[in-house]
Amino acid sequence: MTDTTVTGAAGVATRKSANADEAPVHAIVERRQSPLRAPLAFVFMGGALVATGYFQSPAVALTILNMSLVSAIMAMGLNLQWGYAGLFNAGVMAFTALGGVTAVLVAHPPVWEALQVGGRGLALSLLIVLAIVATIAFLVSATRGRTRSFLIFVTVIVGYALLRPVFGSAVGAIESVDPAATGFIGGFGLPITLSWIAAGFVAAAVAWIIGKVALGLRTDYLAIATLGIAEIVIAILKNEDWLARGVKNVTGLPRPVPYEIDLQQQAWFIELVERVYQNRLAGITDAAAREQALRQLVVDGSGYFVDIAYAGLFTVVLLVLLALCVRALNSPWGRMMRAIRDNEEAASAMGKNVTKRHLEVFILGSAMIGIAGAMMTTLDGQFTPGTYNPLRFTFLVWVMVIVGGSGNNLGAVLGGFLVWFCWVQAEPAGAWIIAQVTADMDPGTELYRHLQDIAAPFRLFVMGFVLLLFLRFAPRGILPEKVRHS
Amino acid sequence: MLPETTDILNALVLMSNFVFVPALAYGSQLALGALGVTLVFGILRFANFSHGDLMAMGTTIVILLTWVLQANGVSAGPLPTALIALVPAIVVTAIIAIGIDRSVFSFYRKRRVAPVVLVIASVGVMFMLSATVRVIMGTDNRSFTDGERFIIRAREFREMTGLDEGLAIQTTQALSLVVAIVTMIALFAFLRRSRTGKAMRAFSDNEDLALLSGINPDRVVLVTWILAAALATIAGALYGLDKSFKPFTYFQLLLPIFAAAIVGGIGQPIGAVVGGYIVAFSEVMMTYAYKRFIAYLVPEQWEPDGLVQLLGTDYKFAISFIILVVVLLIRPTGIFRGAVIK
Repeated sequence: MTDTTVTGAAGVATRKSANADEAPVHAIVERRQSPLRAPLAFVFMGGALVATGYFQSPAVALTILNMSLVSAIMAMGLNLQWGYAGLFNAGVMAFTALGGVTAVLVAHPPVWEALQVGGRGLALSLLIVLAIVATIAFLVSATRGRTRSFLIFVTVIVGYALLRPVFGSAVGAIESVDPAATGFIGGFGLPITLSWIAAGFVAAAVAWIIGKVALGLRTDYLAIATLGIAEIVIAILKNEDWLARGVKNVTGLPRPVPYEIDLQQQAWFIELVERVYQNRLAGITDAAAREQALRQLVVDGSGYFVDIAYAGLFTVVLLVLLALCVRALNSPWGRMMRAIRDNEEAASAMGKNVTKRHLEVFILGSAMIGIAGAMMTTLDGQFTPGTYNPLRFTFLVWVMVIVGGSGNNLGAVLGGFLVWFCWVQAEPAGAWIIAQVTADMDPGTELYRHLQDIAAPFRLFVMGFVLLLFLRFAPRGILPEKVRHS
Repeated sequence: MLPETTDILNALVLMSNFVFVPALAYGSQLALGALGVTLVFGILRFANFSHGDLMAMGTTIVILLTWVLQANGVSAGPLPTALIALVPAIVVTAIIAIGIDRSVFSFYRKRRVAPVVLVIASVGVMFMLSATVRVIMGTDNRSFTDGERFIIRAREFREMTGLDEGLAIQTTQALSLVVAIVTMIALFAFLRRSRTGKAMRAFSDNEDLALLSGINPDRVVLVTWILAAALATIAGALYGLDKSFKPFTYFQLLLPIFAAAIVGGIGQPIGAVVGGYIVAFSEVMMTYAYKRFIAYLVPEQWEPDGLVQLLGTDYKFAISFIILVVVLLIRPTGIFRGAVIK
C-alpha cells in the first residue's frame, strides 16, 4: 500500500476526490514534525497552570489540575473510540455518570434499614428481570419468525406485569426510610478507589449492550443511539431515588485521601508545613504572630496537600492507562484498528472482523470513560445526577480530542488539559469582558441585568468556535497522529 | 356487565383529552422537525446535530419579532401573534442557515470528507447556536403565546354534552396540526411538482447521476437549507407556543426527532411524517396513567389500585430510544425503506 491514501485522524481521511484541484500534495505527504512539539506543548500547559497558581491562587490551579487529569482520561477513552476506530460516541456523559453511580454503590456504607425493608423485593425483582432475559434469549435461539416475535412480546408483557408490583413496593419501602438523609440502598462500604475498577466494568457492560445494537450500522446511527442512551441513563439516575437518591444527591462519600481537618491535627503535617515555609516563618519574630501565621499556613497547606494527594493518585491512573493505550496502539491490534478505520472495506477483505473489532474498542473506550467518571465523583466527594449535561460531559470531551489530536494518546491528554483549562477560565474571562462592556451602563436597566447572565453561555460559544477552527484549519489537532510507513 | 354508553363516551373523551389531542399536536411538531433532519440527511448525507438548536434559533427570532409586533399593537386576533412573525422569522433563519453552510459545511462538502466529519462540524455549530440562543433569551422558560387560549374549554364541553369528562382543545394544539398539514402539503407539492423539487429528489437518490444530468448542486443545497430552516422555525415555534420556550429542551428534542426520521426511513420525507406521529403517540400513550380510563370501562370491583402507567413521564426519552433500537434491530431501513445503511 502506498502512502498516498494514508492520512491523519479518522474521518478527516480525504476520500480520493475525482477533481484534480482537490487534495493538494502537501496535505497527503506526511510532514515531519519537530520531536519537541509534544514536550513543548506540555511545558506550555504546565506554565499556564503555574501562572494560574501565581496570579489567581494555588487552590484554583490545583482544582483545574485535578479535573484536567480526569478530563485527560475521558479524552483518552474517547480517543480510543474515535481516534483509533472512527466511532462516534455521543454518549460520553452516560459512561461518566455510570462511573459516578458505581462510586456511590461501591463506597457508600450500606443502609441496612433500607435493605431490610426492601432488599428482598429488590432481589426478587432482579430474579424476575433475569428470568425475562433468559426466556427471551431462549426464545431467540429456539423459535423463528412470527412465533418468535409473538412469544417475546408475551414474555415482556407478562414479565412486566409480574415485576411492577414487586418492584414498586420494594422501592416504596426503601424510599420511605428516612428520606431526608438516606432513602436509598447505599453501597458496599468498600474503599472508593476500588470503585474506579468496578466503574470500568459497569461502563463496559453497558457499552457491550449498546455496541451490539448500534455497531455495524452507519456511524451516524451509533451517534444517535449513544445520544439516546445518555439521556436515558441520566433520567434513570435522576428518578430512581432508591438507587442513589436521584436529584437529592449523595454527599459525603468516603475519600481515598485524608481529610483536611484531620491533617491539621497531625504533628507530622504541622512539622512539614513548618519545614516548607521556614523562610517565611523565620521572618516573623513575635511568637504569637508566628503561631498565628503557622496556623493559617497549616489550614491552607492541608487543602493543598489533599489536592496534591488526589493529583498524585490520578496521575498514577493516567500514566497506567496511557501506557496501556500507547502499547495497544503500537501493537498489531492497534495497527489493525487503524487499518479498519482508514479503509473498512479493504480491512474486511483482508479477513478482519470489523464489527467485532469495533465492539472491542467501543467497550474499552467506554470503560476508560467510566473509570474517569468514578474518579470525578471521588474528587467531588458527592454524586449529583442533576449536574450532568451533554454539552459539558459529552461534547466538551469531543472538543478535547479534536483539539488535542485524534489518534494520538498524548494529544488526547494535552487536549484534556488545555480544553479544561480554557473551559474553566472562559467564564471569568467572559465576565471580565462583560464588566468592561457594561462599565458605563446604568445598573438599573434591563439590558445591564441581561448582560450579566451571558458570561456562562459565552464559553459554550468559545468552545464551539474552537472546535470548528481546529476541524477546519488543523483537523489533526495540536499533536497529530504519527503515521509510520514501512 | 357491559359498561354503559355514557361510560364508554366518557372514556373516549378522556382519552382524546389527555392522549389523542396532545399527541397529535406533539406529533405534528416532531414530524416537521424530522422532515428538516431527513431533508438534510437525504441531500447532504449527514445527521445534523445542530437541527435542535436551529429550531431554538428560529424560535428565538419568532419570539423577538412577536415582541416587536406586540409592542406596536399588532395582533392576529384570536390567533397567537407569533403566527405573523413566522414568515419574516423563516427568512432570517434561512439566511442564518445558509450562512452556516457557507462558512462551515460547504468546506467539507467540497472536499468530500467522510460524513462523520460533517457530524462533528454540526456539533460545533450546535455549541455556537445554543450559546447564541442563551445569550439572547437567557435560560428561563418563556411563554410567548397570546390571543385566545382555548378553542373548546373543558367546562364548556361538559355543559354542551352533559358528560362527566371535559375535552379541552388549546388554540396552539389545533394550530400545530393545521400549520403542520399545510406545511407538509406545500412541501410535498414542491418536491413532487416543481423543477427544483425534482432535482432535489434526483440528487438524493443518486448524486453522481444527478450531477451528470446537469443538476446544479449548489442550488439544490441552497434550497435544502432554506427548507430545513423553514421547517425548523415552524416546528420550533409551534413547540414553543404549545409548551413554552426553553433553550435546553430543543436540544433534548433531537432524540425523538432522530428517532422519528429513522423509524420512517431516513431520507424519506413521508417517513419523517409518519415517524413523527408514531414517536409522539408512543410517548404519550406509554406515559399516560390509565387508571380513570379503565375505571369507566370495567365494573367497580375490578378498578385498578395503581395509576396503571407503563412508564413515568420522566422516561419519555426512553421511548424514543426503544423505538429507535427496535427499528435498528428489526428493520434498519425504516418503514419506508430509507436510504443508505452503510
